[in-house]
Amino acid sequence: MIKAVMMMNTQGKPRLAKFYDFLPVEKQQELIRGVFSVLSSRPENVSNFLEIDSLFGPDSRLVYKHYATLYFVLVFDGSENELAMLDLIQVLVETLDKCFSNVCELDIVFNYSKMHTVLDEIVFGGQVLETRSDEIMKAVEEISKLEAASNSISLVPKSVSGWRGGR
Amino acid sequence: MEQLKTIGRELAMGSQGGFGQSKEFLDLVKSIGEARSKAEEDRIVLSEIDILKRKLLEPDIPKRKMKEYIIRLVYIEMLGHDASFGYIHAVKMTHDDNLLLKRTGYLAVTLFLNEDHDLIILIVNTIQKDLRSDNYLVVCAALNAICRLINEETIPAVLPQVVDLLNHHKEAVRKKAIMALHRFHRKSPSSVSHLISNFRKRLCDNDPGVMGATLCPLFDLITEDVASYKDLVSSFVSILKQVTERRLPKSYDYHQMPAPFIQIKLLKIMALLGSGDKSASEIMYMVLGDLFRKCDSSTNIGNAILYECIRSISCIIPSPKLLEAAADAISKFLKSDSHNLKYMGIDGLGRLIKISPDIAEQHQLAVIDCLEDPDDTLKRKTFELLYKMTKSSNVEVIVDRMIDYMISINDNHYKTEIASRCVELAEQFAPSNQWFIQIMNKVFEHAGDLVNIKVAHNLMRLIAEGFGEDDDDADSKLRLSAVESYLQIMSEPKLPSLFLQVISWVLGEYGTADGKYSASYISGKLCDVADAYSSDETVKGYAVSALMKIYAFEIASGRKVDVLPECQSLIEELLASHSTDLQQRAYELQALLALDARAVESILPLDASCEDIEVDKDLSFLNGYIQQAIESGAQPYISERERSGMLETTDYHSQDHHEVPSHALRFEAYERPKPSSLRTQASTELVPVPEPSYYSEAHQPISTSSVSERESSEIKLRLDGVKQKWGRPSYQSSTSASSTPPQAANGTSSHPDVGVGSSSLKPRSSYESKKPEIDPEKQRLAASLFGGSSSSRSDRKSSSGGHKPAKGTASKPPKENPIPVQPPPDLLDFGEPTATSVTATDPFKELEGLMDSSSQDGGSTDVMGVLYSDAAPVTTTTSVDSLLSELSDSSKGNPGTYQSQTSKGPNSQEALEKDALVRQMGVNPTSQNPTLFKDLLG
Repeated sequence: MIKAVMMMNTQGKPRLAKFYDFLPVEKQQELIRGVFSVLSSRPENVSNFLEIDSLFGPDSRLVYKHYATLYFVLVFDGSENELAMLDLIQVLVETLDKCFSNVCELDIVFNYSKMHTVLDEIVFGGQVLETRSDEIMKAVEEISKLEAASNSISLVPKSVSGWRGGR
Repeated sequence: MEQLKTIGRELAMGSQGGFGQSKEFLDLVKSIGEARSKAEEDRIVLSEIDILKRKLLEPDIPKRKMKEYIIRLVYIEMLGHDASFGYIHAVKMTHDDNLLLKRTGYLAVTLFLNEDHDLIILIVNTIQKDLRSDNYLVVCAALNAICRLINEETIPAVLPQVVDLLNHHKEAVRKKAIMALHRFHRKSPSSVSHLISNFRKRLCDNDPGVMGATLCPLFDLITEDVASYKDLVSSFVSILKQVTERRLPKSYDYHQMPAPFIQIKLLKIMALLGSGDKSASEIMYMVLGDLFRKCDSSTNIGNAILYECIRSISCIIPSPKLLEAAADAISKFLKSDSHNLKYMGIDGLGRLIKISPDIAEQHQLAVIDCLEDPDDTLKRKTFELLYKMTKSSNVEVIVDRMIDYMISINDNHYKTEIASRCVELAEQFAPSNQWFIQIMNKVFEHAGDLVNIKVAHNLMRLIAEGFGEDDDDADSKLRLSAVESYLQIMSEPKLPSLFLQVISWVLGEYGTADGKYSASYISGKLCDVADAYSSDETVKGYAVSALMKIYAFEIASGRKVDVLPECQSLIEELLASHSTDLQQRAYELQALLALDARAVESILPLDASCEDIEVDKDLSFLNGYIQQAIESGAQPYISERERSGMLETTDYHSQDHHEVPSHALRFEAYERPKPSSLRTQASTELVPVPEPSYYSEAHQPISTSSVSERESSEIKLRLDGVKQKWGRPSYQSSTSASSTPPQAANGTSSHPDVGVGSSSLKPRSSYESKKPEIDPEKQRLAASLFGGSSSSRSDRKSSSGGHKPAKGTASKPPKENPIPVQPPPDLLDFGEPTATSVTATDPFKELEGLMDSSSQDGGSTDVMGVLYSDAAPVTTTTSVDSLLSELSDSSKGNPGTYQSQTSKGPNSQEALEKDALVRQMGVNPTSQNPTLFKDLLG
């Protein structure tokens, strides 16, 4: 099972963090910082794997990939294959690349909710759901289309009290 | 430049429809991105929080604005700040009909809330509605949310809808419904146990994606219960075969591999099903062989599948051909330039080595290369492999390597792990004792306080006991080498506390043993330790105890002891220490220096750390004294309960109780021993040591008072018996591990009867309790069961006694244990007007009171039982004689004080011996009775 997906830049600023089991905010921050400090101390041209029991508990592994100014990080347990996880990062990046045509850090920063949409199509509740980037793209586009459509229809604000009364 | 790019992006954002954000949000992101320090970032975020708090309070916020606020909240929380003030708005947003807003709401709540959050209750209804929606995207959003937001209690609320969705016409929905069910299964297996068959059904889904999704829950289910899925072996194999033969639509290919993630999941499942099952394994041979041939090892994903094949082969019962193929694949991995592949190769090697141990040999060089690699991950993996392949022939090399690496790293987590591995390997394969001690020294020196304390205790025991061979010469050589190495290491600065404890103990025990080093040299070193680590009380305690032993051995061998000036000043410093433990040690050391050789020898015999501690739990050596006291008319013991509450009712109940105990307790028929005959019995059978003489010597003149209470003594004794009935079950339950628990309990509790000497209910039982203890076989068994585990014993003590420390208590249970549990007995005893009339008998009343109160109290019985049962009677050793006579000598000189001491701690003689022996055992130091020694002897 995948425990967490993180993206952070090379200065350690989190760009996206999703934990598949609930963790309090402070713990999340601690883990993000911990992961970053490990990653930043890794030399170049070494393996992309880390055993990370000290942060995430026994039998935790981490796979990361460094693209330009970003680290893509997957944390998972022993029931996943490290090389396959590395390819899952590849899937994610390829998909983002198609989404944003030549993805860069800024795309990720400014399209926060779209990032989550993409990620939710790939990893669902900690399991790999879909690895075909075309399919992911299709799903995401369908959502955007529908959202855009519904957005233009209803722009009439509903008050809070109106919502309460409606229930 | 960066800014220009940002502006460009911003402009581009406007054309991106639904995902575009407002200027404010972009400004926020930008300013955070440009923040120079964490403090600056925090300041920006805090002001943003203020803005949001204000804005969220405004009435009639346009929805699009609200959506943006929610996104900003999410962003703030990702940066580590609390956004809980806005949670309710996110929850509200999930109720919206607009898909965009709804999805934003769901996204926010899944990130904000945990499944037990109070607000979830407001969402469940919406989720239910959305799961029934016609729009499959709404359904998907809801399914996404339930993975995170539904807990055990709310599962039933959505379960029917989720099950319905398993047959939804859209495969994307079916897939997510399966995943959601899987999630439920993980959270609460019982809630979906009746639906497990659905997973099997979905395995035959028309859509390969849905089938692939089904493999995730099946993998979990098979992990839990392999046997009930054996029938699926051929199905899985045929699915894998079809996948590898490219029967799936082309769209499932990834980097020219057909559905690699499905293949990997299938291989994992097959590894589970084929494990230890020859026939299941045989079905898999074909497809595995095909995979090895077909897999494209030039792509990452191809290697992932290859690695998974290796893993499966290491789990199932493989054919030689497959093993060969796996070995080939591994050597390809190891020869690769990619660190990732090397890592997988080392991992695979570690798996295969269990099946064919010689496979590693051809890869020796590659393994060594990995060990030297700058990549830490690879290095650790290689150490894991080495750990798995350690034999007695290579242990020296491997452990040396491990220690070098251990010294080089700073990561405490891994340091601890590798240190424990070193210790484990050294213990298992050590080629020689010297080597073992050297390794342990290194581990302690460099990993020090990270090492489990048990390792230190093991090492001390090993040095004390030798290596099991009956070769005393070798043992003493071993000790000498240990002492030498420690003397060398000691001069290094900043050693870990645990290591210093071991050093101190060994130096104290064996520093002067073979005469190579003088007592003053060793004691000087020990003083240095105590000085240099003056803030560490445990180390100081060990050092002082070691000093005591050194001096004791000197005195015992008849040499004159010159206490070094620094030792003297250390003792004086500790006499005034705030730590009662250190204070007591100092007092004891001081007292010991004043004793003569015979006494010292019996307190701290040479090299006796492995001797069993024998404790006379009946305090039978007091029998003679009790006898005398009774004969001369002393008041017999009255138990705590009688004194405090039942005194008035004693007479009424005495008759009824008279019958009850004798039946209920089911002891053998007792004759009532005549007071006079008991005394002879006590001195001949019960106690092989002629203590009575000592007691008569010491106390004859005192015990001359009242004859008054004699009749009532009989009645009260029976009540004692009743009490045993109540007390007994707790003894049995709590001390069942010890060799003679019931006897031990009886032994203690029956003592009052023996002491009073009339109408005793169970003098027999106390005789019985002695017999098995005298048996040397059992003594040894008990010693091996309990002797070494001083730490665990002290653990138990401290847990039941509250503030009870380890070492001293072992020596003085009767005095200390009951006090924290039931403070009254002591005071009551002294305060009791009836008792004061006969001061001479006070000690024994006291003792009985304590014993009894302890037997009444559930909490302390455990302690007492443990203590008593693991200590055999001390009085059987002859050396005690001399000690006791020694003591009696001193007490004769000042009978008054001695008496008052005995009334405080009735069995302090015994306590003294026990204490001495316990100390030799190196039990963790601490005690509560620092003045005992001084009072006794001074």
